[in-house]
Amino acid sequence: MKRFATLAATALLLAGTVQAGELLIKGSDTMLNVTQRLAEAFMAARPDVTVSVTGGGSGVGINSLMNGECDIANASRDMRPKEDSTARAKGIDPRAVVIGIDGLSVIVNEKNPVRKLTMEQVGAIYRGEIKNWNQVGGPNRAISLYGRQPSSGTFVLFRDVTLKGEYAVTMRQMTGTAAIVEAVKQDVGGIGYIGVGYLNEATGIASVDIRGKDGNYYSPLNAQAVYDGRYALSRPLNQYVNGRPSGETRAFFEFALSEAGQKVVEGEGFYPVGGDYAVRNAAVLGN
Amino acid sequence: MKLRNLGDRAARLVFLANALLAAVVLLGILGYLLVYGLRTFTGTSVAGFLFGGRWNPDAYGEPVYGLVPLLAGSFFTTLIALAVGIPVGVAGAVFIAERLKGRFRVVVKTVVELFAGFPSVVLGFFGLVVVAPFISRLFNVPSGLGLLNAGFILALMSLPTIISVSDDALRVVPQSYREAAYALGATPWTTAIRVVLPAAKSGILAAVMLGFGRAIGETMAVLMVAGNAAIIPKAIFDPVQTITATIAIELGEVPFHTTHFYALFALGLVLFLIALATNLVAESLIRREKKSFTL
Repeated sequence: MKRFATLAATALLLAGTVQAGELLIKGSDTMLNVTQRLAEAFMAARPDVTVSVTGGGSGVGINSLMNGECDIANASRDMRPKEDSTARAKGIDPRAVVIGIDGLSVIVNEKNPVRKLTMEQVGAIYRGEIKNWNQVGGPNRAISLYGRQPSSGTFVLFRDVTLKGEYAVTMRQMTGTAAIVEAVKQDVGGIGYIGVGYLNEATGIASVDIRGKDGNYYSPLNAQAVYDGRYALSRPLNQYVNGRPSGETRAFFEFALSEAGQKVVEGEGFYPVGGDYAVRNAAVLGN
Repeated sequence: MKLRNLGDRAARLVFLANALLAAVVLLGILGYLLVYGLRTFTGTSVAGFLFGGRWNPDAYGEPVYGLVPLLAGSFFTTLIALAVGIPVGVAGAVFIAERLKGRFRVVVKTVVELFAGFPSVVLGFFGLVVVAPFISRLFNVPSGLGLLNAGFILALMSLPTIISVSDDALRVVPQSYREAAYALGATPWTTAIRVVLPAAKSGILAAVMLGFGRAIGETMAVLMVAGNAAIIPKAIFDPVQTITATIAIELGEVPFHTTHFYALFALGLVLFLIALATNLVAESLIRREKKSFTL
């Protein structure tokens, strides 16, 4: 009997340590690869911690955080007010740490002379209200729309930020970024949107400068403008946690924001954290 | 003697169990489709699903689950596939069955049947990088990703089925039919087209039905070349989205046990019913033909 009790106690203890060294991260598919790389590098430095990363989409991650099913929720968009109030009603206090920044870029065929658009124009083009390039200063040629599929966080973000309405039904929904690049390359009248990380490698396409709130046009390749939000299509790569992070969660963030961690972020095609986001992170982490 | 009996009985049991297992699994899948598919209608109306003109489950506003554009996508791509596939396939089968002899015939038939095992993703890629730019240049349209491309790729995919089954149908036409035609002075071509082909009519119809089933159920290749916009096409170059592509694209990321999730199962149910009807018709046609020549 005594032996059994010792065994049980040991088992409990073991279970306790395993629990303490486990970090569950869930959410955005855009952030899946970069988080996976960060987790691998982090585990190499901290072999006592197991980090498991799964996707499913930003909304899925936020829901699991509310239900206590994960420690960190990846979200390539900010939480909606409704999500925030639901979380607070459940006694969850969501706080975001930004581990990197993504600049979405609008691309056209390189033979298309249009290189500048406002957010309103991009929105109207994708809602199907502007149908010809001559309505935005280009040649008389029909616009053909290329976008992502509904499963993509980019599909949702671009719609919510730029269109604020429904995509035109005529938009061709492509399987991924590479397919969009390929299609716009072949189609002189094409327009598409991709993550900034893919811009450098792609040929035959050109990125469009987007007008910021100050009236100037900014390129997604302008890192400074992406940092401070003057480039309108930039978005933070958020990791939401419940309350002020401590323990392994905190150690993970400290690693992600360290020089080594930010190198990983850059390696995956995103911008490192800077500007206002760094200030926000410091406030959450309380350094 | 006794041992052999035992062996026979054991073998019978094993085969019976396997046959039952296949039936049970199939029924289980059907039940699963029914249970999940029908739950769609707790979140949206039956009329809205069957007659809705817009499929937009991930909407900015209210999501809508209308079957019509997806059904139109599947229907029109298959229509084009058959419009190309039937003449080419039946002509090919007539040539193989009536004009080729001996070993050469076997080689050609084997090659055609091997083509049926061609990975669809490879054909899709072919459509994406070769056929799409070709269509776009030839017809001077902005994009070659759409109905025509998808129909063409599907025609390629259903050809082996159509040729192989048609060939079988032509082969079972009794030799006496041909001999009778020759005796009346008909040339081999006239015999093939005017005598053998009409005699194999129901078998060829079955081949067409199976080709149809192949085309409407194909997913990957179509997903890659159809352009995937859920609209009812007005032109042959318009993008379309098929039922299969919709399930493949959306099922991976849909939150479980939502109306969207169930609606994808309802789409699967629609597809299942179409495939079932097609196969039943094809089966009965094949059986009818076999009977007509055994008299």
